[in-house]
Amino acid sequence: MIFPAIWGALPGPRWVRALILAAALAAVLWLLFDYVFPWISVTFGIQDQSVGETG
Amino acid sequence: METVAEHPAPPDAAPPKASGAASRVLSLVGELMIIVGGVLALYVVWQLFYTDLAANAVQEQTVQSLPWAYTLPITAPTDNGPSPQTIPDELKLSPDTAPDVKEPAFGTTFATFYVPRWGPKYIKPISEGTDRHKILDRLGIGHYVHTAMPGELGNFAISAHRTTYAKPFSNIDKLRKGDYLIVQTKTAWYVYRVTSHEIVLPTAVKVIAPVPNHLGAAPDNHYITLTSCHPKFSAAERYVVHGELEYWSPVGNGVPAELFSVPAP
Repeated sequence: MIFPAIWGALPGPRWVRALILAAALAAVLWLLFDYVFPWISVTFGIQDQSVGETG
Repeated sequence: METVAEHPAPPDAAPPKASGAASRVLSLVGELMIIVGGVLALYVVWQLFYTDLAANAVQEQTVQSLPWAYTLPITAPTDNGPSPQTIPDELKLSPDTAPDVKEPAFGTTFATFYVPRWGPKYIKPISEGTDRHKILDRLGIGHYVHTAMPGELGNFAISAHRTTYAKPFSNIDKLRKGDYLIVQTKTAWYVYRVTSHEIVLPTAVKVIAPVPNHLGAAPDNHYITLTSCHPKFSAAERYVVHGELEYWSPVGNGVPAELFSVPAP
């Protein structure tokens, strides 16, 4: 449902769509790895190692 | 699939609208779950592999960018290779004479850390502050703000990850009493030796007190304290190692011979 809709919304022949998808996935991956995941890890105290009042 | 496709619904079947809507919702839920599962899997990949790669690159670059940092060699001098000059005994100065050092600005990398127990390639930068995002997740070892500076009377307290983010304190549990912990700054070498370790709760700030575990006591010695998480891959407790300064020496007279010491297994 989501995936066919995205595929259908993309313009151009198959290989162009595949290329656009690959670029979009890379952008999402970069956003997750460099911004979203670091924020989650720090905000929820996953893997903390210092001593302090807040733990 | 085929059987369904080959038998079109009879004309008196239920209106396709209702069943179509239900199946659309179902497939939407299913696809959302696939996406959530994918993102969770990516989080694991990021935490276990990507953070190591990213932080290692930053930390290596940071060490290389310090013109005063001793980087090579850290292996024992060989017979044929040029062996680095080691600090002569008369320049191994007593801890009492160690100068006070001004605490640098937050985020400044002001020292490098060497631990023979952790292998000949171990060099990590030490930076001011223990902020997760700005210091520990990138630059590696962080210095607790307002604790003593290297060599000073009091407790030089540092913190680093034990797993992921290039894990500078990965082998903190391998340290034994008497192991050398060597710190270099722009101006001096400081050679500490491990005295003890303990496992405490994350709230135990007393371990980084000027006299470890004696909150409010006036500093009486030149301590070093390392903190990291415990158990591995958890944030439930802290693994803490304490040490004391054995000697210090201004830079420019060679390197501590202890750098090349091979610790007993």
